[in-house]
Amino acid sequence: MALKSLKEYSAQSGLLAGGHRACSGCPAPTAIRMALNAADTKDIVVAFSTGCMEVVTTIYPFTAWKIPYIHSAFENVAATISGVETAYNALKAKGKITRDIKFMAWGGDGGTYDIGLQSLSGALERGHRYLHICYDNEGYMNTGIQRSGSTPKGAETNTSQIGSVQKGKQQQKKDLTAIVIAHHIPYVAQASVHNWKDFMTKVQKGLAVKDGPAFINVLAPCHRGWRVAEDEGFEYARLAVETCTWHMFEVENGKLTINYKPKTKLPVQDYLLKQGRFRHLNDPANAALVAEIQADVDKKWQELLDKESKSL
Amino acid sequence: MAKNVSLTGNDAVGTALKQINPDVAAVFPITPQTELMHKFAAFVANGEVDTHLITVESEHSAMSATIGAAAAGARSITATSSAGLAYMWEMLYIAASLRLPIVMPLVNRALSGPINIHCDHSDVMGMRDAGWIIIFAENTQEAYDNTVQAFRIAEHKNVLLPIAVCFDGFIISHTQEILQMLDDAEVKKFVGEYQPAYSLLDTDHPVTVGPLALPDYYFECKRQQIEGMKNAMSVIEEIGVEYGKLSGRAYGHFETYKLEDAETVLVGAGSTMGTARMAVDSLRAKGKKVGLLKIRTFRPFPADAIRKALGNAKTIGVLDRAVSFGMEGGPIFSEIRSVLFGKKINLKSYIYGLGGRDIFPHQIEDVFAEMERVTKDGNAGTTENYIGLRE
Repeated sequence: MALKSLKEYSAQSGLLAGGHRACSGCPAPTAIRMALNAADTKDIVVAFSTGCMEVVTTIYPFTAWKIPYIHSAFENVAATISGVETAYNALKAKGKITRDIKFMAWGGDGGTYDIGLQSLSGALERGHRYLHICYDNEGYMNTGIQRSGSTPKGAETNTSQIGSVQKGKQQQKKDLTAIVIAHHIPYVAQASVHNWKDFMTKVQKGLAVKDGPAFINVLAPCHRGWRVAEDEGFEYARLAVETCTWHMFEVENGKLTINYKPKTKLPVQDYLLKQGRFRHLNDPANAALVAEIQADVDKKWQELLDKESKSL
Repeated sequence: MAKNVSLTGNDAVGTALKQINPDVAAVFPITPQTELMHKFAAFVANGEVDTHLITVESEHSAMSATIGAAAAGARSITATSSAGLAYMWEMLYIAASLRLPIVMPLVNRALSGPINIHCDHSDVMGMRDAGWIIIFAENTQEAYDNTVQAFRIAEHKNVLLPIAVCFDGFIISHTQEILQMLDDAEVKKFVGEYQPAYSLLDTDHPVTVGPLALPDYYFECKRQQIEGMKNAMSVIEEIGVEYGKLSGRAYGHFETYKLEDAETVLVGAGSTMGTARMAVDSLRAKGKKVGLLKIRTFRPFPADAIRKALGNAKTIGVLDRAVSFGMEGGPIFSEIRSVLFGKKINLKSYIYGLGGRDIFPHQIEDVFAEMERVTKDGNAGTTENYIGLRE
């Protein structure tokens, strides 16, 4: 299925209604709308993990969802969609359902990297036919900005504060996508909200998988948690990619392709130093930490390039 | 035609589930429930059921997947014991509040720690307020019969609540007993076709399942659950009567044994009530006015009917295979004391069988003897008592 033009998508009413209560400027609802536009069908069931997007779209008695939607808890969206998909298979086999239905599960990084990891792993291993999307904003933002397994090293959150002894998160960001790749499912990708064509193409590829799960990890900055202006979320997603702090790539049946390689890799300072969560890095006393982050970014980017060159 | 068969409790319930042929079953091993899952997985492997198995990676996911399947309009089951139930705890409440008629055999086992695989009721008592219908069985026959009835109760339009079908770990689950089993066709007809009012798979009529309800609506949701549970009282009775016409074994909320003129009465639930019946027979042969009240429905609790049934007793002992730490007496004792508020009846709590410790007829006879002394001298003594415990 080919993508439509941006103009055509803009004219579509969309399956996620406006009027939900996400923060002004939040890229996450845009990510959902992009994904649903890419799916381009009403025959789709969405399951959501507890988190910002679950809260803001379904405050009873209202719902922003024009398609079937289920939320039950924080850590179990993959198990929940497993049940929905299995019910579909059972009822289709009995002839009680005739149409083709697609399945999509969503969680933030807290619900996917951390508390939902076991459920995710189980669903991927069992091979349910569904697309799992993690919208990664690098922290438990819904509960008021705490560090998650996805929060990068040095970032300030309310549980990784900047103090006299510690300067933000002490540990590095978990590589969830690598964990998912290790399940050897048909399709795995990383995307970024700032590049709609790339993300929507990946959603279409993920939903087109006929015999198993697909997974997309999409970077979706939280301007509240990152301490940037509310209209800057997409720009910081772009800078994450231009500095190679975040990578856009996909693994199709084992073959890894990097979808975007910056012509000139920007220094990490361009991405970090204006974010409030990294403001301490502007202090010359913390220059070593900036250098450490740059070295880590360089190392991981090179590793990805190497993986791509070996992946034939 | 019904036929007599010899099966363990796990095999009997597994066979009942085969006869019911649910759409989806989420399975995860835990002793002593595991053999039930084995039995059912064999039916799946041999094509004797149409059920699609979800071989989940944990009990939390078992209940989550069952919730997803039920919300998608599938007749959905899972089964567990002990720690597995504890791991589902969060999801138990969600299953009930989403009003999903999930049926779950619960093979009762002690909770850790110390870790212990044998029977007590500490697992089910932890889900007391989760919003599930909870029914107990005394033996393999009742475990089978309750399983068949459970679907009708849970799926009734005035109820729509999940149901835990409890039977004692090992004592029932692993003990071979003769039971009468209905024909597949009879079960199929009795249980009927599942027709959910809403389904996630009805994409022409999209529903939002599991929204956030804040202080302006949450309370009303709970009130509706209360109403569903209240409605279950009469539904359980109606279905128990209907099942009696089909099988010759009618069921109510509880069963009395030689209770009418009994002065000294024991109340309890589960397999030990069979042992207690033997003790009653032995004491009745000696002219003692003793009787039993065996609870089948623990939630909803049949308070009014139990108050009437126990109103003439002089001393009542309550057998609990679970503890409520920091409160004298076990969980069933608390309910019975509450039910009998204002009545001049001596009440004693007897905790027994924790972690699968055996209980014998002579021990129950001793309990009756102690209660008889209480009736005679009017001094109830300690409320808190233990059977078969080294102190």
